[in-house]
Amino acid sequence: MKKLILSAIAAMMVLGAGSAMAEKMKVRMGTEGAYPPFNFIDKNGKLQGFDIDIGNAICKAANFECTWVTQDWDGIIPGLIAEKYDTIIASMSITDERKKKVDFSNKYYTTPARFVTSAKNAKMKFSKDALKGKTIGVQSSTIHENFVRDNFGKIAKIKSYDKQEQANLDLKAGRVDFVLADAVALDDGFLKTPAGKGFVFVGPNYTDKKWFGDGAGIAIRKGEDKLRKALNAAIDKIRADGTYARINAKYFDFDVYGD
Amino acid sequence: MDFELIAKSFPALMTGAGMTLLLTIISAPLGLALALPLAIARLSKRSWLRRPAHAFIYVFRGTPLLIQLYLVYFGLGQFHDTLKAWGIWWFFRDELYCALFVLVLNTGAYSAEIFRGAIAGVPAGHIEAALAAGMSWFTRLRRIILPSAFRIAWPAYTNEVVFLMQATSLVSLLTVTELFRSAKIIAVRTFDIYSMYITVGLIYLVISYGIILAFGMVEKHLMRHTRQPGGKKSLHQRAFAVLTR
Repeated sequence: MKKLILSAIAAMMVLGAGSAMAEKMKVRMGTEGAYPPFNFIDKNGKLQGFDIDIGNAICKAANFECTWVTQDWDGIIPGLIAEKYDTIIASMSITDERKKKVDFSNKYYTTPARFVTSAKNAKMKFSKDALKGKTIGVQSSTIHENFVRDNFGKIAKIKSYDKQEQANLDLKAGRVDFVLADAVALDDGFLKTPAGKGFVFVGPNYTDKKWFGDGAGIAIRKGEDKLRKALNAAIDKIRADGTYARINAKYFDFDVYGD
Repeated sequence: MDFELIAKSFPALMTGAGMTLLLTIISAPLGLALALPLAIARLSKRSWLRRPAHAFIYVFRGTPLLIQLYLVYFGLGQFHDTLKAWGIWWFFRDELYCALFVLVLNTGAYSAEIFRGAIAGVPAGHIEAALAAGMSWFTRLRRIILPSAFRIAWPAYTNEVVFLMQATSLVSLLTVTELFRSAKIIAVRTFDIYSMYITVGLIYLVISYGIILAFGMVEKHLMRHTRQPGGKKSLHQRAFAVLTR
């Protein structure tokens, strides 16, 4: 019996030494491929997007050998647990509910919430006082509605819309003075469309955890602390060496990391 | 049931209920004021009066209230520049005016049908008697036809007002913070959907009961001629009451 245990330990040591000696750790990156501009498949069938670029940068920084696997959103956590891939890097928000099933790296971005208003309104200096008596449009049942009602409910009139597009339309029609939503959703869904002409972002990036949670992280199977630490170190590294900023600038004209 | 949450959110719910009541109290009388001429026009022998009234009633009864609300609020919002040029944007810019506008037209159309039926149901003998007495068209309408029509129409019209009050919950989709919206704001934050909507359902019940009670008192007043000093109605009067309904 003793011999058996000893030989098992010896075998484990050999295996451990073997993987340490190998040049690169092999990591399969799981993503969705249907959430532009974060992850999507371009017309040539190639996986593209902010998540993908960040993922590749992390692989390089951590000295991983990476391959990409795509998986539909509904099955993306079961696929990780079933070891079809080792990470999920797909703009997944870190939530308490998901934390019961998987572990997360530190966040690699938090899209802030921002106000959009007409170019004319944007000329005045933005402050909380400037919103006094104004009308703010927001999508109903969202973290953004909670944020606006808690912070501006007493000084401004809040209009809650069923759909974000309706709030954008009323901004255009002049029924609301400001709209607050996810900055990326506003940028891609409104400002960069013909309808968004003459409208601009104003005010700060809002990322307060109380309303907006912990941001998007890389999900891994529970208990894989070594991988988690390597990912966190890689995120810190690309943040520090300018790689992150370069990728950020490719997709967005504001800082998506948050604070 | 989270009674602490219900107690805490009660002031907000009462503000919402106030808006629901306001919407009902403004749109019901205006709707009625629209319904009576519509009903009379609908029964007119003159086709240039009858046809447009018929078309109006048909359109507003034949389409969902939700679509009417969306068309007026979001649909007209699309043409804000034109409406501005016409000088009517100040009206359609406001979600409350849009909501009241649609509610009045909608309840007007439904009530017009109720009163059309009631006017048609006024006993021919009464009208003949009025004619024999030499009453003019307007006097006949004022003294004979409308009082009878109101008695006949009242129970059905009570229903219409209760429906109207409940229909105001749809106005929340035009960003009006009435009772339903004020409950929703709290429900989605606390995830206690059950407690909030049960409470809101009960508040709607209380308002409905208030409407039925108030309209019942009016009905009693309208039907006072059928009451006997002794209290109990005679067989004849009971039959009469049934018939005139």
